[in-house]
Amino acid sequence: MTGPLLEMTGVHKAFGPNAVLRGIDLQVAEHEVVVLIGASGSGKSTLLRCVNGLEAVDAGEVVLRTPGSTLTVSDARVDLDAVRRRVGIVFQQYNLFPHLSAVQNVALAPRRVLRRSRGQAERAARELLARFGLADRADAYPDQLSGGQQQRVAIVRALAMDPEIVLFDEITSALDPQLVGEVLDVVRELTTAGMTIVMATHEMGFARDVAHRVLFLDAGTVVEEGTPAQIFGAPTHPRTRQFLARVSTGTATRGGIDA
Amino acid sequence: MSVPQGGTTAVAAPLPYVDPVRRAAARRRTVRDALIATASLAVFVGAVALWASRLPGWPAVQASFFDGEILRSSFLPTLQALVLNIKMFLVAELLILPLGLVVALCRRSRAPVLFPLRAVATVYTDVFRGTPTLLVVFLLGFGVPALDIPGLTPEPVVWGTVALVLSYGAYVGEVFRAGIASVHPSQGMAARSLGLSQWQTSRFVVLPQAVRRVVPPLLNDFVSLQKDTALVGVLGPIEALRQAQIISYDEANFTPYVAAAVLFIALTIPLARFTDWLQARQERRTSIAGAR
Repeated sequence: MTGPLLEMTGVHKAFGPNAVLRGIDLQVAEHEVVVLIGASGSGKSTLLRCVNGLEAVDAGEVVLRTPGSTLTVSDARVDLDAVRRRVGIVFQQYNLFPHLSAVQNVALAPRRVLRRSRGQAERAARELLARFGLADRADAYPDQLSGGQQQRVAIVRALAMDPEIVLFDEITSALDPQLVGEVLDVVRELTTAGMTIVMATHEMGFARDVAHRVLFLDAGTVVEEGTPAQIFGAPTHPRTRQFLARVSTGTATRGGIDA
Repeated sequence: MSVPQGGTTAVAAPLPYVDPVRRAAARRRTVRDALIATASLAVFVGAVALWASRLPGWPAVQASFFDGEILRSSFLPTLQALVLNIKMFLVAELLILPLGLVVALCRRSRAPVLFPLRAVATVYTDVFRGTPTLLVVFLLGFGVPALDIPGLTPEPVVWGTVALVLSYGAYVGEVFRAGIASVHPSQGMAARSLGLSQWQTSRFVVLPQAVRRVVPPLLNDFVSLQKDTALVGVLGPIEALRQAQIISYDEANFTPYVAAAVLFIALTIPLARFTDWLQARQERRTSIAGAR
């Protein structure tokens, strides 16, 4: 495997007349934690959705280099199921399957995609749930869980496929403030375990804490990137300064401010 | 469908405290409400009976529709004929469910190569939903046996049942389709993101949720199917309504029809109550509490 795990080059994406990504370049190395910040509508979510092929790019390249295979996600002929087996994603709205218990949610993909036996998949699911403090909720259904618990189950569900990289799309934005911490603790644990992560978030304090690299997106371009100390301590671009100033006074985005 | 209630939280919550005076008052209210409901029903039924019995035409109607002797004598043969309705209904139901599901899946397919399936399913739905069920029964029940196709049974009961299956398959297909459409696209997105194929996503994520949601409207269609088995009687088989008609001609009296009506109602009520119960449970689940 030569080169970064994930490489995006000159990626463009528009929805109708609305250009959401305008020439994104991004490289993510193995074990790296990259945090995307920026106002709502700056393109963070769309960028993540181009990585696992939920959105097809209009121009540019998205390449995923995993041990044993190089997958060009932007190629129309790529096996998207193969891409998604290696890329985990967690959404803002959890999107757990309501007809399945927590352990069944987690075991579904290992059983059906990786063809593990039910016993094996559910045993592994229980172990993984236990690791993130959800042992006693394993048999509960999503509507019996708090938002924070649901989101933790969603993270465990993504991890159960043993992905090479995990994408977090504003995973705390739908949570009550007092539940944000338990979800971020899980992410923090993953970063210390060396997981490769790309995360879009409004939690500036957390970004500063865990990120190896922070990218500030505005209107579909990467305006500024650097270490957390650079971006939060000494932003050079006026738009970055403006955004961070607004975030710190709590007016930049709808909800989820914690700067 | 069987979500166990209550979690597995370790600490038991203390019992909710209700003021004993209020608890007693609430119990008294429940008893009082039941008494009022019973009394009100008795008054209502009594008033209607009194009104009907004083109509000038009542004695004639009573003699031709509510003859106790004929009611008793026609009940058993009609009940025996009802067995045929039940058979037709059970067989039709088993065939309608897969047919409806396949039609719904075909109509929702998006792959260009499956376009013929989609077209056929759409035409099928339009034709059989638009044709009166009785007409379908006539066409198939008299038409197919007349074709005299070797290897195909000319048995009218069979073709009458096929007609019911085709007619109700179109309705049930639409019910399934609505159910599938009601599952939020984010569910499919989450499943595909885990690496599940399109088919696995349908099979394990979308369909289980869709089917649970459409159980009440589906049972409603089946209640309707139970009584529509009587339509097959026009082809000649002696089902309950046809049996009642025969006795009615013999006796020159309409009472056997009342017997048949009572039997059909008795047949549909269990399913109707079960549907109500399921619907109520679903409402409780989505915790929509009404104002008092």
